[in-house]
This record gives sequence, structure tokens and C-alpha cells, in this order.
Amino acid sequence: MAGAAPQGPPQGSGQASGGSTGYRQIVGPLLLPTWAVIGVFLLLPVLLMGVYSFLTKEFRGGVIWDFTLAAYDQFFVTRGLFGDEPPQIEWTYIAIFWRSIWQAGVCTLICLIVGFPTAWFIATRPPAQRSVWLFLITVPYWVNLLIRTVSLKFLLRDNGPLNEGLMAIGLISDPLPLVNTNLAVQLGLFYSYLPFMVLPIYAAVERYNFALSEAAADLYATRWTILREIVLPVVKPGIVAGCILVFVPSLGAFLAPDLLGGAKTFMIGSLIDEQFKGSQGNWPFGAAVSMILMALVLLVLLVQARAAGKAGAR
Amino acid sequence: MSTAIDVQNVIKKYGQSTALQGVSLAIADNEFFTLLGPSGCGKTTLLRCIAGFEDVTAGEIHLFGQNIASLEPNLRPVNTVFQQYALFPHMTVLENVAFGLRMKRVPPEARRARAGKMLEMVHLSSFADRLPAQLSGGQQQRVALARALAPEPKVLLLDEPLSALDLKLRQAMRVELKQLQEDTGITFIFVTHDQEEALTMSDRIAVMSQGRVQQIGAAREIYEAPVNRFVADFIGETNLLEVQVERVLDGIAQVILPGGHRLTCPAAMMAAGPASGAGRHHLSIRPERLRLTPSGPLVAEVERIVYLGTDLHLLARLQDKTAVTVRIQNNTREGLPAPGTWVTLTPEDGAARLLAD
Ligand SMILES: Nc1ncnc2c1ncn2[C@@H]1O[C@H](COP(=O)(O)OP(=O)(O)OP(=O)(O)O)[C@@H](O)[C@H]1O
Ligand SMILES: [Mg+2]
Repeated sequence: MAGAAPQGPPQGSGQASGGSTGYRQIVGPLLLPTWAVIGVFLLLPVLLMGVYSFLTKEFRGGVIWDFTLAAYDQFFVTRGLFGDEPPQIEWTYIAIFWRSIWQAGVCTLICLIVGFPTAWFIATRPPAQRSVWLFLITVPYWVNLLIRTVSLKFLLRDNGPLNEGLMAIGLISDPLPLVNTNLAVQLGLFYSYLPFMVLPIYAAVERYNFALSEAAADLYATRWTILREIVLPVVKPGIVAGCILVFVPSLGAFLAPDLLGGAKTFMIGSLIDEQFKGSQGNWPFGAAVSMILMALVLLVLLVQARAAGKAGAR
Repeated sequence: MSTAIDVQNVIKKYGQSTALQGVSLAIADNEFFTLLGPSGCGKTTLLRCIAGFEDVTAGEIHLFGQNIASLEPNLRPVNTVFQQYALFPHMTVLENVAFGLRMKRVPPEARRARAGKMLEMVHLSSFADRLPAQLSGGQQQRVALARALAPEPKVLLLDEPLSALDLKLRQAMRVELKQLQEDTGITFIFVTHDQEEALTMSDRIAVMSQGRVQQIGAAREIYEAPVNRFVADFIGETNLLEVQVERVLDGIAQVILPGGHRLTCPAAMMAAGPASGAGRHHLSIRPERLRLTPSGPLVAEVERIVYLGTDLHLLARLQDKTAVTVRIQNNTREGLPAPGTWVTLTPEDGAARLLAD
């Protein structure tokens, strides 16, 4: 990479003559690897997906290089079962989107309610204990997500330990139908993404200056007021980061809905997943759904950034 | 005058270490009371116990006659100016200052007026809409002061409130703080490790060391009649000479100086207590009360003369190698002994004080 540096004037003289141009001459080439990484791993796949979403599907997967809006048309418009009725809005996929957003929102909220006290607890332990608690929080996540989700299914199924245990102590006579429910999916999502909530909030609370709470108490604030008016606003960046880190991946999650849910709990992630599997797949449609999902996520992030920018400028 | 704060035998332990080892103080209403002591002596800890951020391990604290042990900090009519300011970073300067008033449910107009007045007092009116991060250290400290004063507490605790200011501003704020305290009649408990600050501002000073109060008294009392070696050494400069006490009678001690000469000196604190009587003790003589004389009880070899502007310091060593300092007014150009020569020194009448250890 050093070889990429230009044979320009030596840095010292470049700065002395007051050129930001000299500075730029050096920095520009040094940024090349960064741009290469971003290009190859970020822009290129998105671009590829964008292009694919406008292609024609081939049966048994793959694409034909004929440009068409068919994939988006399939998402938003219906012309009846046989395609001969006047075009109407197709609600099927929008409903899946809505359900996913709702599920992801609920998951984010639950993660926040559980994650905030957890993060608070860890951040207020003596420093030596904190790393132990953090370690314990992250230990389950060293195991592959698929295996963890499957094991959750084993736990919840009719003859799994939970139902058998409850029946053994006589609380219930028939197994509770836990698998293939919204509850199971929610549990799976919660279990998958909780640390993404705990860690950023932990980082924010750990940096929180508890003298602020004392100062507020000194000025006659009650505990509740201190939490609402001092603590929450100050650690808000951590909370926002945690919410984004949970909401975005749970919106596109497919393992938990696939394994723990049924047809009624179908989510975007599974919809996309299906389009790229086997002979039933439809690559352009999968790409189109992905693009729409990405647009949605970007919109959420944009709104959040606008709100944060406004708060910061205050 | 009534007692504002009565601290009775307060002990504070952090695990194994003891930050306060039995502190007793009675602070009068309207008093400007200073806690003075070296870093780590427990000044902040004592303030935190009074404010309610720490529970005392033993002992009691009474506020206007009421035991406040079970009172939460937000219910104590005591406000604090924190050593590290602790300004709310997400609130403007004005919102910070108005916070206590808002918590006391002062109506908005009255609140704004009062907060504005406080900002005026600390010369920060034009900074009302800034965030704390946009202020210098000294400005932040003044906001902290205004914030603590705004709700008109009965007692104000100030933890080194001037330490971040430059010399000029510090001197100006000293005068203003003192004026403010007299005008408002609020009891101030002022923490500092700057003795000049303590001596110039306080009605009374408590000198602390290692979690204990060493002496309580007015500035002059503490400076001129220190009760023990620590206080004598900590407040101002002094020469500490190890002496042999021959006898103590009616508060007057007869001692043998290094070099063998005899001297009689006041020893009020020696008369009572177990330390009374013969043995080796320390004698304190302030540098400005030691004179160069043709003959005298102390003989010393001049080492150096240090120029201080209005004064000169003559650094010398007694025969037993004890270092002594003599302060001489800088109004004579002649007659200063050269380094290496031997001189004789005499303490002024009553200047030598025998100290408890
Ligand atoms: N939370 C704590 N845990 C353990 N020890 C503490 C704690 N707070 C203070 N101490 C100890 O108590 C002693 C007194 O501390 P304190 O903060 O009261 O000193 P200070 O007189 O205010 O010093 P400074 O002038 O440096 O502010 C110190 O030895 C300190 O190490
Ligand atoms: Mg302190």
C-alpha cells in the first residue's frame, strides 16, 4: 500500500506552503483500500441486487437478462388469480411487511425493557465484576444462531422439557401449544438480539457520571425525576444505538420465524429466504423485496438521524 | 447565634479504610466556615455526609436541631457546589440554574427571573443559552455556583469552588463569594486546600488531617496559636525545632534549644493532657518573627538568601543541621550576611510556641 503513495513533495514542505491540497494528495491514495473494501463488500452487492430486481426470473432459480418491472409489480399489484382482472393493490406482501415491522418493534421494546435494567446492573457493579457479567451475557452467542434457535424449539415443543415439566407438577393437563406461535417467534427474536441492546446501553451507562444524579438529588429531584430528566437523556445515544441494532436485524430475521413460527407468522426474512431456495425460487422477486426492505430501513435511520441532529443542534 | 449544623463524632469507613475518624463540628447559622486540609484528608467525604450522598458509619449530623440521618438528599435544605461541577450536559446554562427551582415547583416566571438574576451575579447572563460543554472550566464552575444558590438553601456546601479559576478571577470571586454570603445570610461550608483562601474568607476554619479535625478557630487564632505540629506546619511557614522540655508551670515551659540555650515560652496546650511534662517536643517559630541579632539563643550557618520581592528569605542551618528560615523585610541593601557565615538569631517575645505532636 505504501507503494501507492505518490512521489509528491515531502509532507513537511507541503504543509508549510499551506496546501490542504498537499494533504489531500497523500490522503486520497491512502483511502483507496477503504474504498475498495466498501465497494466490494457493500456497494457492489447492493448494486447487483438492484440490477437483479429488474430482471426476469428463470424457473429453477437464476435470471434472464431481460429488464422488466415484473418483480415490483408482483409485490405491489394483483390482477386476480388468473391475471385477467383489473389491477388492484396486492396486500399479501404489505401485510407480511407490516407484521414484520410490528414483530421487530415489539422485539425492540421488550429488549429495551429487559436490556436497560440489565445494562444498568452490570455498569454499576465494581469494575472487576463487570467483565464477568458481560462475559456471561455473551457466552450463549458463541454458539451458532441456528443451533440456539433449534434448541429453543426443542425446549418449547409439546413433549419438550417446558411442557413436560409443567404437566409433571400438574399445572396443566395438555401441552401448551407454544411452537408455531407469535409468542415463540417473539421469544426467538428476543433471545437472538438481546445483547445488541445490552452492550451499547452498558457502554453509555458506564460512561455516565453518577455525580449528575447526586447533583439532581441535591437540587430536590426525586429518583423518578432523576431517571427521566437526567439519566435517560444523557444515555440516550446508547439506547438509540441499541434499538437500531435490534430493530434492523430482527426486521429481516428468518431463522426464528422459520423454525419457531408457522404460516401465520411469516416474516420478510423468510419471504426473501424462500425466493433463493430450490426450484420454487424467484431471484428477481427476492431481490426486489430486499430492496424495498433496505429502503424502509434507510428511511427509519434517516428519520432517526434527523431527530438526533435536531436535538444536538439545540 | 443558633447552630446550623452540628456534626457529632462522625465516623465514615470505606471498607477497611477510614475516611473520617470521629469528626465533631458545630457550625453557626450565617457563618462562613472553612474546611482546610491536604488532599485526601476527608473534606469531600464530610461534605458528602452532610449532603446525604454517604451514610455515616457512626455518629450523628443535626441540621438546625434535627437529626438528618434518615433524610434523603433531595429532602435536605442543603445545596452543593461540586468539586467536578456535575452540570447537566443536555441542559442549557439557564436550564441548569433553574433546575432546583423547577424541582421546588417555583412558577415559571419567578423561576426565570431568579435564574436570570443568579446568572447576572456570576457574570454569565450572555451565556444563558449555551450548553455546559461550550463553556470554559471557570465558567462552568460559576454556573455550578449559580445553580446551587438559586433555590436559596439554608446551607451551601462548596467543594473547592474556585480551584479551576485563574489567579485574577479567583481573587475577584473570593471577594464576591464573601460578599454574597454576608448579603444572603446563607451558611457556607467551604472546602479548600488553599490556605490563603481559607485565611482571607472564613469566619472560622477547621484544619483537618487524616480524617480528624486538628483545630477549629478564627484565621488569626489558627495562624498564631496552632495547637499541634501539623497545624503549625500546614498553615503558613514555620520553623520546627526539636527541643528538650525541662518543666511546664502555669502554661509557661522552659525548654533547651538545639545548641544548648534555654528559652521560656507559652505552652498552653501542654499544661493539660498526658503529653504534659518533660520530654522531647517541637517548638514553632514563624520565619517573620525570628530576628538577626548580635547575640541570641540560636546559632546558625547561612546557606542561601532567596529574593521574594518585598521580602527576603534567609535559609540557614543550626548546629544540629535543622533547617531554619528567617524572613527579612527587603528594605535594607547592606548588612546581609554572606552564605557560609555564622549568625545568631532571636525569636521575638512570645513568638516561640511549644506544640503537642
Ligand atoms: N468511594 C470511596 N471509596 C473508598 N475510599 C474513598 C472513597 N471516597 C474517598 N475515599 C478515601 O477517603 C479519603 C478522603 O477522601 P476525600 O475525597 O474526602 O478527600 P479530600 O479531603 O476531599 O481530598 P481532595 O482535596 O483531594 O479533594 C481518601 O483517602 C480517599 O481515598
Ligand atoms: Mg475533595
